Formats: sequence, C-alpha cells, structure tokens
Amino acid sequence: MNLDSKIPEGPIADKWDNHRFSSKLVNPANKRKYKIIVVGSGLAGGSAAATLGELGYNVDCFCYQDSPRRAHSIAAQGGINAAKNYQNDGDSVHRLFYDTVKGGDFRSREANVYRLAQVSTNIIDQCVAQGVPFAREYGGLLANRSFGGAQVSRTFYARGQTGQQLLLGAYSALSRQISSGQVKMHTREEMLDIVVVDGHAKGIISRNLTTGETNAWTADAVLLCTGGYGNVYYLSTNAIGCNVTATFRAYRRGAGFANPCFTQIHPTCIPVAGDHQSKLTLMSESLRNDGRVWVPKKAEDASKHPNDIPESDRDYYLERKYPSFGNLAPRDISSRSAKEACDEGRGVGPGGRGVYLDFSDSITRLGESAIRERYGNLFQMYERITGENAYQRPMRIYPAIHYTMGGLWVDYNLMTTIPGCFALGEANFSDHGANRLGASALMQGLSDGYFVIPYTIGDYLAKAGAGAISPDSAEVKEVMESVRERVDQLISSKGKRSSRSYHKELGQIMWEYAGMARNEKGLNKAIGQIQDLRDDFNKNLLVPGSGDNLNAELERAGRVRDFLDFGELLCRDALERNESCGGHFREEHQTEDGEALRDDENFAHAAVWEYDSDDKIPSRHQEKLTYDNVKLAVRSYK
Amino acid sequence: MKLFLKVWRQSDRNDEGRFETHTLDEVSEDSSFLEMMDQLNEQLLEEGTEPVVFDHDCREGICGMCSLTINGHPHGTENSTTTCQLHMRKFEDGDTITIEPFRARAFPVVKDLVVDRSAFDSITQAGGFITVRTGSAPDGNALPVPKNDSDRAMDAAACIGCGACVASCKNASAMLFTSAKAGHLNMLPQGQAEKDKRVLAMVSAMDEAGFGNCRNFGECSAACPKDISLDYIAKLNRDHIKAKIKSVFA
Ligand SMILES: Cc1cc2nc3c(=O)[nH]c(=O)nc-3n(C[C@H](O)[C@H](O)[C@H](O)COP(=O)(O)OP(=O)(O)OC[C@H]3O[C@@H](n4cnc5c(N)ncnc54)[C@H](O)[C@@H]3O)c2cc1C
Ligand code: SF4
Ligand code: FES
Repeated sequence: MNLDSKIPEGPIADKWDNHRFSSKLVNPANKRKYKIIVVGSGLAGGSAAATLGELGYNVDCFCYQDSPRRAHSIAAQGGINAAKNYQNDGDSVHRLFYDTVKGGDFRSREANVYRLAQVSTNIIDQCVAQGVPFAREYGGLLANRSFGGAQVSRTFYARGQTGQQLLLGAYSALSRQISSGQVKMHTREEMLDIVVVDGHAKGIISRNLTTGETNAWTADAVLLCTGGYGNVYYLSTNAIGCNVTATFRAYRRGAGFANPCFTQIHPTCIPVAGDHQSKLTLMSESLRNDGRVWVPKKAEDASKHPNDIPESDRDYYLERKYPSFGNLAPRDISSRSAKEACDEGRGVGPGGRGVYLDFSDSITRLGESAIRERYGNLFQMYERITGENAYQRPMRIYPAIHYTMGGLWVDYNLMTTIPGCFALGEANFSDHGANRLGASALMQGLSDGYFVIPYTIGDYLAKAGAGAISPDSAEVKEVMESVRERVDQLISSKGKRSSRSYHKELGQIMWEYAGMARNEKGLNKAIGQIQDLRDDFNKNLLVPGSGDNLNAELERAGRVRDFLDFGELLCRDALERNESCGGHFREEHQTEDGEALRDDENFAHAAVWEYDSDDKIPSRHQEKLTYDNVKLAVRSYK
Repeated sequence: MKLFLKVWRQSDRNDEGRFETHTLDEVSEDSSFLEMMDQLNEQLLEEGTEPVVFDHDCREGICGMCSLTINGHPHGTENSTTTCQLHMRKFEDGDTITIEPFRARAFPVVKDLVVDRSAFDSITQAGGFITVRTGSAPDGNALPVPKNDSDRAMDAAACIGCGACVASCKNASAMLFTSAKAGHLNMLPQGQAEKDKRVLAMVSAMDEAGFGNCRNFGECSAACPKDISLDYIAKLNRDHIKAKIKSVFA
C-alpha cells in the first residue's frame, strides 16, 4: 500500500502556498467537462459541493436524509475555532497548530494541521459573509469564548447552535448552486459501493431509499464526506442514521483505513435510562465550570437520594485525584475516572452507570438565578429527558461516544489510497491525531470543503484528464450486480432477530471492551464475540417487507452488517496499538497514577489497514509521523 | 405504562391510507416518543407485520426530520418541543394516542408517516442565500453588525425546517418558514444587496410549490418547536410590498 503523504517541501509556514503554486490547474473553460460526485451534505460535503459547483465543475451530491440541511453537523453545539486573535490574547496560527498537535497527543500530521490553522481564519470570513449569525459584542464585532485544551479565546459560536448555523450557511451556498443547475442534489439516496476502474475511482452505486432502485453514477472523482462511525457503539451522540458504510465499502475496494481505534468519549452526557434507549444526548462541557463531580464513598449509598448523603460520605474524585485541574480535567481523563467509580459499584442512577454533577455549591454561592442564566437551556433539556430538576438535586452524567478521529487515510491532498477517491471531514483520519479538541471538527470540515479540496482536486483532474465512463459499462454493471446481491440477501433474511437487536448487542461488546479502557484480553474476547454475532446475523436476521420501497429495517440491516465487520477492525487496531494515547487507553500502558503512557519509539505512526478478503486478517501498514516544529512532550494535568 | 395507538398506514402516495390500532405494553415513561415507536416496531416485527416508517435522525430536536402529528397536533401539544424530544411521562397509562403524518397538500405522503418536504428546499433554492463566492469574503470584523440585529437574525435562523407550521395551518401556508429564512438574511447588512430579489423569488417559489395563503390564524407559531415569531411574517409582508412596488417602477 502506497502511503506517500505528499507533504510539500519547504518550511511549514510556506508549504500550503508552495503547494498551491506548484499544483496543476484546470482551466476555467475545461471545468465543465469534469464530473464530480460528492457523497454527503454536512459541513464537509455541503461546502465542497457548493464550492466545486461555483468553480464550474458538474457536481452530483448525495445524502440519505430528505434534505441536505439535515446532515448531522447540524447538531454541533459549542463552536468553531479560528486563529483570528480578535481578542488580542496572544493567539496565532502557530499557537492553534501547536494546541491541535499537542491535544491530539502527537499522532497527527504536522503539515496538515498547520494548513488547517492557516485557513481557519478564512472560514470565519466566509461564514460571516454568508450571513451566519455568530454571537457579537455590543460594539457589533464578533464575540469569542474559550474551549478546552486552549489558553486563548478563539472559539466563534452562534448560541448553542453553531453547527446548525454553519451548516445552514453551507446549505444556502449549496442551494444557490442547485438552483443554477451546477449541482444536482440526490436526497434519500444511500451510497452502497464505489466503482474503481483501473485503480481509479470512477463512480458510486447507490440505493434510492424511497423507490428501492439501485442506481449507478459515474464521474471523474468521488468525494466521501460521510461523517464518523461512532454508531458502531450503538449508543452515541450521533444521529441514528450515521454509518460507516460509505467509507467501509471504499476500504473494501482498496482505500486504506487509518486509526479506527481512535474514538472520542465525551464525559458529560445524559446517562442511559433503560433498555429502550436509542441514542445519547450531549450536555455542554461548560457545565463543569460550576458543577462538582462526585459519587458516594460507599457502594451501599449509591441507591440513596443524593441529598441524604452527607458531605463526609461523598467522594469528589476529580478534585481528589487532579487537585490542580479538578472538575475541569480533560475529556478522556474525566471519562475514565467516572467509569472507575462505577466499576467499583459507586455509580448512581439506573444500572449504576452515572455520577453526580452537583450545582448546589454554586447555587449557594451565586444564587439560582445566576446558574439559570448560564445554563438554563441545559437544565431544561436535562429535565425534559430525565424528568428531574437539577436545581434541586444533582444532575446525573456519564461518558458517551461522541466523535471518531479515525477514518480513511488521506494524503496532503485529501486523496485516499484509491486515486480519484477523496475523503473529507470526519470521514477521513483527519487532523486530530488520537484526540480532537473541542470546536475543531467544524473547523476541519469547512476547511476541507471550502478551502482545501477546490485546489487539490484540480491537480488530480488536470493530470487524469476528463472522461467519466458510461454508467452502462461492464465495470459499473459488475459492482451494481454485487450491490443488488447484497441487498437481495438482506431482504430475503426471514429469520427471527431484528437488525436493531444485533446492533444493540454489538454496541454492548464494543463499549465493554473497546470503550473507555481497553486491554489485550478484552479486545481478543470482543473479536471472538463479534465474529459469533456476525455468524448469527447471517443466519437469523429478520428483514420484513420488500426492497422496492421505503424500508427502514432494510436500511438499518445494511448499516449494521457493515458495523459488524468494522467493529472487528476497530478492535484489531486497538489490539495492535500497544500504547495509550489520547482517546485510546490501554490498561497495560499507564503510569503508576493511572495516566496514559505513550510509546513514541514504536507508535509514532498512523496505522493504516488494507483489506484483502473476508477470510484473511487485513494487513497493517504505517505512515511514520515526524515532528519538526513541535517537541514531543507528555501531557500532564495533575 | 399501557398505550393504545391509532397509527396511520399508507403504502404509498396513491394509497388512500387508513388507521391501524395497536396495543403497546410496558412502555417506560423515560422513553422518548420515538423510542416508543421503536418499541412498537419491534413488536410488529415479532408479530410478523411490517413496521411503521417515520422520519427521524438526530433525535435531539435540531435536524428537523421528525414529523408526527400526535393527537391532532404537529409534534404534540408540548410547547417548544419536537416529536423526538417529547417523552412518554407526558402521557398517562391507558391513553389512546393518534399518530398521523404532517398533513398538507404540498407535503405528499411517501409512506405511512413519512412525507415529502422537498418544497421547502425549493423555496430556499429560489433565494434563501447570500451570493458570496468562496474565498471572496472580506475580514469577518470588517462590517460590524449591531448585536440586536444579529440576535434577531439568529432568532429567525433557529428554524429547523420541520414543516410543523405548514401542517398546523388550515391553509397549509408556508409563510412562517419562508419569513424566518428571508427575515434572517434580510435583517443583516450582508443580506441587503439581494433583499428585494430574494423576497420576490422566495414568495413566488412558495406559491408555486402549492402552499396556501396566509390568513394570520397564528396556528403556525403556536406549533413551531423553535418559537419562531409571527413578527417575521409581518416583516416579510412589508418587504414584499416594498419589493413589488420597486419592481414596478424599476
Ligand atoms: C452532538 C454533537 C455535538 C458536536 N459539537 C461540536 C462542536 O461544538 N464543535 C465542533 O467542532 N465539533 C462538534 N461536533 C463534531 C462535528 O459536528 C462533526 O464532526 C462534523 O460536523 C462532521 O461533519 P461531516 O460533514 O464530516 O459529516 P456529517 O455532518 O455527519 O455529514 C455526513 C453526510 O453524509 C451523508 N451520508 C452518510 N452516509 C451516507 C451514505 N452511505 N450515502 C449517502 N450519504 C451518506 C449524510 O446524509 C450527511 O449528509 C459535535 C458532534 C456531535 C455529535
Ligand atoms: S418555522 Fe418553526 S414549525 Fe416552521 S419549519 Fe421552521 S421550525 Fe418548523
Ligand atoms: S429527529 Fe431531529 S429534530 Fe427530531
């Protein structure tokens, strides 16, 4: 597998400029001869499709929802980073670069991260011009807030709906291109495979979710902007439809999959309430500024009403273990500590999987109205879901899967190991290394779509030349047949178990053995259990109805089938990465105080998996990561 | 709790459709309305019938995909709440709940509880944008925007495009949705250059898509999960008249 990262020559600050200058261009009159497929309409896909259409390319854009505006980017709350230094507090491109590399626990590619920091400023300009109503100060200028992992205020936000507003901005630009005919939008159309001809990506096969038709689309390049795979855990903060199918199918056709074990867990989510639970809801991390995290000291107190547990019987474990960061310890560390407390039987709420986040001290100190002003909407959301009043009794929180740093391996041009197939946004293995900082995913999605791909794709297209193959060609038909077979096989499964029940069970295995803490024994066990579950799925799955109309069960069955394969790959990657770093915590590798222990000598690389066949274990390749501009250091939060 | 469900079934756009009645036992009051629907579907699977299809995705009140009419009310009767955010503790043991799709001429039923809301996309495509080429924008702080204007633009921009406003309106008018989108952009200095054009184009796209006329019943704003205010409709009406007059003299 060729893992040439194509990092341009020169000092880090000049690489992107040099690269743009040395890239080939497609002349404006020729652009209309090229066809580009964009799968996904989130921040990455929406911005890419709009910009490429604007440049004159013929774009086909796909999403599985009924409108491009509903991509899961819409759910992001907190904000988007940019090195504007509007606050004059010492921010700079270099500082954003440094924070991101360090936050990623030194497992990302320097050159990409630097470029991300450079274009971050253009993103804000672009979005403001589109009419994104960012928060403003009284003087009318843009406001900022601070976010985890940074000592400067560089986060731009639109109330608690930043993702929504940025996506509506991209959607409006996309809508303009759709109305001009430059982009054709295909909604409720799910990509099920990619067509590779002579080693180059030449099209996709999709299923129209309303009519059940299998369709072939061909083009000169294919962009996968299909989001993350957090739903392999069943319960996550992702939307129900988020899936790995598009990227996993590309992997099966030759695209390397990088670092699947790098997953991020968010410490402040509303805990699971019962077996009916279908997804988890994130509560802004900002709550930890005024809430104190605790569990009872004694396991037998766990079922008591929290207000009946005296101060002396409470364990404020974050404050105890991390006196200087206390309740503001980073995401991975506070998540693991919550798990430990619950493993010891001290967890609270249904199933004993929760810890308290207590505002009573802050309410006493600042008054209820001050807390209401800061977090009123979150308390309301909490009450809606749990039926509990957090002004009167502590909130219950628990960590949940939130984001996936792993994804398709891409070079500096965002091209996967299949020439002509690009991956953008959360779908690629991205710029976040082993851990993403808050407010940096939105930045990356828009950077990839608005500012990177429009340049880098030109170089590929100019060299490859225009010439989309016919959808009727033999190579396309062959892939189409294999997709039809796969769908037919699912629809003829008339066993006893629903795809949801398999998904749930897979999620339990993943969460137990490949969740917040992992070890060799557990991961091996998980791999065995997943294989058994998959065998059972192949025999006993029940898919009702037919394939020629809207059939949500069939859609889910296909996604779960890919998750079953992918879950195994994730565990394998976690097993082989014999170190702890960022969101990947291997219990065998920790300091005496239980902190993550990185192994830079053996693991300062991206692990890239290459598919062979269903009966063979995929092979693991490495892209060595070098750090010339940032010094490798140990993260410490004591 | 135990529930009696009257659920709308319709195999496709041309089918007449009918209610089907189901009894659901042991519904947790902690589950959301859509989780209750999941439970119904698992039961239907066990019984060997086809599950009910309904739209949903984020399940946290922001994507605008969920769209059920519950006991005659789009998104149910709770204020400022989408169907996916509604929880079963708001119902009583033994309740009968009627579940239908969002009903409007411009939103044809696709199947069961799923409707086609692509008419909203066409309204946005007609003019719900500011023309700005990628890379051509001036510095974000080059143009200060009064905080008040920006906040009001944000109030309008909070619309999730769910269509409850249309479904609740006797005339199935899309005025609240259209006025929210137009209002968001028209209130900002960036949106001024194309204001008249935008207003005319969006309103005529709305009419062409088959939405009814606005008669100021106000049901839309009451049903809106994001509390979009009727003021935006008044503003769109004013902007529309101005744009019309200008177009006559232009
Ligand atoms: C609750 C929550 C809060 C967050 N808050 C923040 C925050 O404050 N700041 C921040 O920076 N990041 C945040 N994130 C992360 C961030 O929102 C995402 O990483 C980012 O929006 C992903 O964008 P995307 O364009 O890559 O993918 P998505 O927005 O997920 O879009 C994926 C697109 O692909 C399409 N698609 C998927 N599969 C297929 C298929 N097989 N066929 C056809 N189409 C397909 C979908 O229809 C969709 O259009 C948050 C994430 C969550 C879940
Ligand atoms: S105005 Fe309200 S009800 Fe109408 S689409 Fe927007 S959010 Fe939904
Ligand atoms: S499912 Fe997204 S708003 Fe209800």
